[in-house]
Amino acid sequence: MSTFRLTIDGVEIEASEGQTIMDAADAAGIYIPRLCDHEGLRHQGGCRVCTVKANGRSVSACTQPAEPGLTVDNETPHINKLRRDLVEMLFHEGNHLCPICEASGNCELQAMAYRLDMTAPTKFPYLEPCRPVDASHPDIALDTNRCISCGRCIRASQDVDGKGVFGYVGRGIHRQVAVNGPDLAHTDADISDFAISQEVCPVGCIIRKRQGFARPIGEREFDRNLIGHKINGKRDD
Amino acid sequence: MHVTDTQLTQASNWPDVVGICETYANDPHRMLDILRAIQDRYRHISQEAMEVVARQTGLSKIAVEGVASFYAFLSSDPKGRITIRLCDDIVDRFAGLTEIVEAFESELGIRMDETSPDGTFSLEYTPCIGMCDQAPAAMVNDVILTHLTPEKVREIVARLKSGERPEDLISHRFDELSPRERADRMVDGNIRHAGAVLLGPVPEDAGLKASLNLTPAQIIDTVEASGLRGCGGAGFSAGRKWRFAAETDAERRFIICNADEGEPGTFKDRVLLTERPHLLVEGMTIAARAVGAREGIIYLRGEYVYLRELIEEVLADRRERGLLGDRILGEDGFDFDIRLQMGAGAYVCGEEGALISSCEGLPGEPKTRPPYPVTRGYLGFPTVVNNVETLCHVARILDRGSKWFFGMGTEGSHGTKLFSVSGDCRNPGVYELPYGHSVAELLEMAGGEEAAAVLVGGPSGTMIARDTFDRKLTFDDLATGGAIVVFSRERNILEIVEYYMSFFVHESCGYCTPCRVGNVFLQKAVGKFRKGLANQADIEYLRDLSATIIETSRCGLGMTSPNPILSTLENFPLVYSAMVKPSKDRTRATFDIQSAISDARHLAKRRSYIFDRDFGE
Ligand SMILES: Cc1cc2nc3c(=O)[nH]c(=O)nc-3n(C[C@H](O)[C@H](O)[C@H](O)COP(=O)(O)O)c2cc1C
Ligand code: SF4
Ligand code: FES
Repeated sequence: MSTFRLTIDGVEIEASEGQTIMDAADAAGIYIPRLCDHEGLRHQGGCRVCTVKANGRSVSACTQPAEPGLTVDNETPHINKLRRDLVEMLFHEGNHLCPICEASGNCELQAMAYRLDMTAPTKFPYLEPCRPVDASHPDIALDTNRCISCGRCIRASQDVDGKGVFGYVGRGIHRQVAVNGPDLAHTDADISDFAISQEVCPVGCIIRKRQGFARPIGEREFDRNLIGHKINGKRDD
Repeated sequence: MHVTDTQLTQASNWPDVVGICETYANDPHRMLDILRAIQDRYRHISQEAMEVVARQTGLSKIAVEGVASFYAFLSSDPKGRITIRLCDDIVDRFAGLTEIVEAFESELGIRMDETSPDGTFSLEYTPCIGMCDQAPAAMVNDVILTHLTPEKVREIVARLKSGERPEDLISHRFDELSPRERADRMVDGNIRHAGAVLLGPVPEDAGLKASLNLTPAQIIDTVEASGLRGCGGAGFSAGRKWRFAAETDAERRFIICNADEGEPGTFKDRVLLTERPHLLVEGMTIAARAVGAREGIIYLRGEYVYLRELIEEVLADRRERGLLGDRILGEDGFDFDIRLQMGAGAYVCGEEGALISSCEGLPGEPKTRPPYPVTRGYLGFPTVVNNVETLCHVARILDRGSKWFFGMGTEGSHGTKLFSVSGDCRNPGVYELPYGHSVAELLEMAGGEEAAAVLVGGPSGTMIARDTFDRKLTFDDLATGGAIVVFSRERNILEIVEYYMSFFVHESCGYCTPCRVGNVFLQKAVGKFRKGLANQADIEYLRDLSATIIETSRCGLGMTSPNPILSTLENFPLVYSAMVKPSKDRTRATFDIQSAISDARHLAKRRSYIFDRDFGE
């Protein structure tokens, strides 16, 4: 496989053909913020939080092929502002009440907001969805009011579990994640599915029953570390 | 899979659904055709029907539902036997839509978005159906009605209630009419100015015959040398696009004609599809020879279903005459055939990636680029997507030569272009002109000299004011797919902008965050200006949010959807500043205290001492 070099925020890194900009950055220990992308899953390119400038053009790093000699801007004030806008949009699209959410501290949306300094009151209106919670399944509950439409559960179930428990329905602002049946109990979803595991849903939409608060708030992954620490950590080692 | 009660739906209970799936060989790529057929047959697509379709096509039910719930013309709730869709484009609104709505509601005894209890009628709105030159217009099942008036509506409803079919409204001899006669009785041609290339006299298949004397590479050279640029909006060189597709190694290649024509205010492809269908197919056939494609698709927007049989007839006729199919014009190895793919109500399907998704039986979501369709398009094969007008031009270029075409227009914008002119002008219709005319010149021809604002290129284009009507219709100045919407001084610019933002909210596919969510926020913010609740900072907010949406969206829809706002902020700034007022309640004007406390009033079951002045008196 042919390898070549490109730069991200002035740091020269190595990349190989077939990699996306994000793949190459990950391998080099440079974190590009993301929400819909997840290791081991197909790239979706939907959340747009990974927007970078590649040779001056704004693209999603998770889908844009790495190319020889590319100059990529990742953490500039301008790009961070775009990302903060996108994260704020997601906060305002759903109902994200961190203090009462089981995912607080493990939530990638919340962690991304901290990373991007989303500290001031936001300027957008709240859309306040009002969707019924699906608690039909003995081991799993689904609260799509918190869903950020990243589609990670859909791809995990389809491609890793080989099942297809989840899918998108509707269009535009009404597009949402739904299950393959009248409710979750009438699907073949199982608590041992990868799609149901904690790492797949970045927020608190998929809830594993009887496991809530097993680790107390304050001691969770992003209570202790900034999101992206694992990838950046590779570089510091 | 875990079998449940609802999943026990026996295929045998749904013989028609099974039959429909079998008509399409249970092919999941023909999902849109299958679902359209079920919708036509049952007036809705029930959960049970989706399960049967899923089983027949080997997909999951949620995948079928994902498609069924994407398209506006498919529904999970039963629709009336006669579904009346009123075009609610801004041009129709200004042409008296409100009175039309009132007439339909009172005659039918139902409100908009309702179905009559006996299941006979449904009444709903639909975005621009491509009839802006003859507004107000409506679709009644597959029939188009134009120039509606309240009197006509009363007559229409009376006749439908008496048992006549929608087709009978067009002619009592409807069944005996040819497809062309049917189309002509429903819709006016409105060709106002015929240019040298497309709408003047055109010899039959002269371009196709000339192409037989050229090698595929020479055809591409000819098209590239003509300077022809795509007429669907983006203006990419047609010859170069073909070259990319021809150079990609592949077993199959495809030519797709984009006849989705969804940009509000555009209807020139409708006229070409009616008046020049042979020229279009000729152009596609030439493209096929040039890039080495054996298969083609015409993607026709659902709103133009009234043209389906006309196009099918043209395809059949050409097959019969050896102009389509195997060994075209007797030439060994020149094989090409075309299928017609109907859309089902989704503007985004005009975007070439979404169009390909839709042809593949998927929800109409754009594809990740790269790869581009010319290298990996329909079913993963190299695919050329061209607009109807672009393909018609090709046939003429092959007949008359690239120099002839290159000689028309201006530098960088060669040949002629069709403009769809509508709104506040005396002669709405289609004008074929060489590139380079000014907006003022076109307005003069169309009888729109009194215009206060002109929208060039539809809502994703630019709204200009009188002081810049001397701007030129070229790729370098005002690039346009052809929509020219004229607004007089009586029109409220903010009402127009708010309408177009609601259009983009309705038509966003929802795949990416900025377009899905950001456009809703833009629409709400414009609404604040209209209600007089905006303050100075909201102008900056509109600019700032628009910039984020444009820069981060995944496809051209989100990259252009803020244009109605940005171009009016730029060219009509007073319209916004006039609406910025200090608030009566001594709060920030952006903060609407009345709506903020309305929930509290409701919960407390009483009114406010401070903000409801009459309370407690
Ligand atoms: C949201 C959106 C809608 C579009 N709608 C149409 C359309 O209705 N017809 C069309 O020809 N092109 C449309 N386009 C442009 C197509 O993506 C594509 O560029 C075009 O079909 C290519 O053909 P051309 O090069 O011959 O113009 C649309 C693009 C976007 C982003
Ligand atoms: S910009 Fe994004 S949400 Fe909008 S239509 Fe394109 S892909 Fe869909
Ligand atoms: S991580 Fe790239 S678009 Fe979501």
